[in-house]
Amino acid sequence: MTGWGNIGWQARFGLLLLAALGLMALAAPLIAPGDPLALSGPPLLRPFLDAAHPLGTDRLGRDVLAGIVHGSRTTLMIALFSAAAALMFGSLIGTLSGFLGGIVDLALMRLTEAFQTVPAFLLALAAISMSGPGIPTLVFAISLGNWTQAARVTRAEVLSLRERDFVAAARVLGMRPLEIAFREILPNAFGPLVSLAAISVASAILIEAALSFLGFGDPNRVTWGSMIAEGRTVLRAAPYLSVVPGIALVATVLGVHFAGRGLALREGVSRRERVAQ
Amino acid sequence: MTRGAPLLQVSGLSKRFGKAGPAGLRDIGFSLSRGETLAIAGASGSGKTTLAQLVLRLQEPDHGTIQLLGQDITRLGGEALRRMRPRFQMVFQDSMAAFNPRASVRRILEAPLRIHKLAAKGACEPIIIRMLEKVGLGAEHLDRLPRSLSGGQRQRVAIARAMLTQPQLLVLDEPVSALDLSIRAQILNLLLDLQEETGIAYLFISHDLAVINAVADRLIVLDEGRLVEEGATAAVLAAPQAEATRALIAAVPRLPPGGPG
Repeated sequence: MTGWGNIGWQARFGLLLLAALGLMALAAPLIAPGDPLALSGPPLLRPFLDAAHPLGTDRLGRDVLAGIVHGSRTTLMIALFSAAAALMFGSLIGTLSGFLGGIVDLALMRLTEAFQTVPAFLLALAAISMSGPGIPTLVFAISLGNWTQAARVTRAEVLSLRERDFVAAARVLGMRPLEIAFREILPNAFGPLVSLAAISVASAILIEAALSFLGFGDPNRVTWGSMIAEGRTVLRAAPYLSVVPGIALVATVLGVHFAGRGLALREGVSRRERVAQ
Repeated sequence: MTRGAPLLQVSGLSKRFGKAGPAGLRDIGFSLSRGETLAIAGASGSGKTTLAQLVLRLQEPDHGTIQLLGQDITRLGGEALRRMRPRFQMVFQDSMAAFNPRASVRRILEAPLRIHKLAAKGACEPIIIRMLEKVGLGAEHLDRLPRSLSGGQRQRVAIARAMLTQPQLLVLDEPVSALDLSIRAQILNLLLDLQEETGIAYLFISHDLAVINAVADRLIVLDEGRLVEEGATAAVLAAPQAEATRALIAAVPRLPPGGPG
């Protein structure tokens, strides 16, 4: 339905950025062969000095470039999956809450508030310490604290959408309530959710970084978060150790942001029409 | 069901909004026969749209009964109500708001067939195209979104959607008031043609007596939630009894003197 030609430069820029990052993750063994955790050179080598280590080395002499490309695999996977899981679960809860109303709404919203009162990081920490590290656990643990915003945003959208004539029309046609909620209403509530995706991805990366820092990440995998956390200890002597993975992180967040915003702008057309009535 | 029995029989229908709020509806009763057009007239806030929503079971009445095809549908719910849905359909006033903005004409028109299993998945398209042609559109409109159609075209799609389940009753809530005059006449003619062809009954809600005069056999007038006048359209327009009716007649710029259209 949506072609490359009519999605606008923001969406295109964002998608290209994400594609480049994805390609980097896929091509990691080609760009930086071997174990990214292996000691491969002198410690604390600055970037752009040695062709063998274009982005320098860390305290232990591990190649930063290798860390970035191999880290992108774990980091992107965890961030995108947990953001997607959080958005899906959140929008599911929000749709049910807004559409069904009454006691269901009351119960689901109190549940959402219960999760909101606990910091996302503590929830993730609690989940991970109960079940041990590992990618699926990390994804679950991180999305645990990230779905509440999506739920609230979706609920607010659904509350306004469900009063519209096309919902009444669907009822007159005899459409079943769940189909009305998820096929007619929810797709029209995606606009603000897409903007939330960027925030969710960023916060997922940061939570993962913090968990790695505390030693709850997977010690056999390098992630951008663990690189930043490690670089922090020598921040004054070798700021590039935090800055380089930081730039990669910013690029990811910007990619998601622009892709989301660009796609949400298309959404904006119908939203404006809605307001105009 | 005998042929003489009314298609729609509404009696004692009441609905209040809030405790001491506006009147809502009070003790409304009327009947509608097969193939007949009954107009519901009234100023804004007189309860016309509420009445339509009650008849379509989009809102619950406080008192009263609604009988369709001899069956009491007032308290029908869930699956039983869904099974009755094909028999009575609706066309909304605001054709932009009446469609999911993301659904193509194809998806919009597939919905009634799919929901009531009126056609196999592969067999939908010819039925949809035939219906589109019947309402003056064509296959070239299948992949359009509602917002890329004109107001008149959207209202034609709305009529097509409503007619696909072959209903006996169509509730039209101000179906032409958002359209300009020439399109208005086209849509009214389309409705008259469809009625002639299928024998469908219309419950036609409007504040515009010129439009009502053109399509309706009978007319009821609402004022602040009460039924104040009822009768054959021509008779009511020629000799209005209620103040509300006279006000509506005065609001029409040029009504053809006396006779029905």
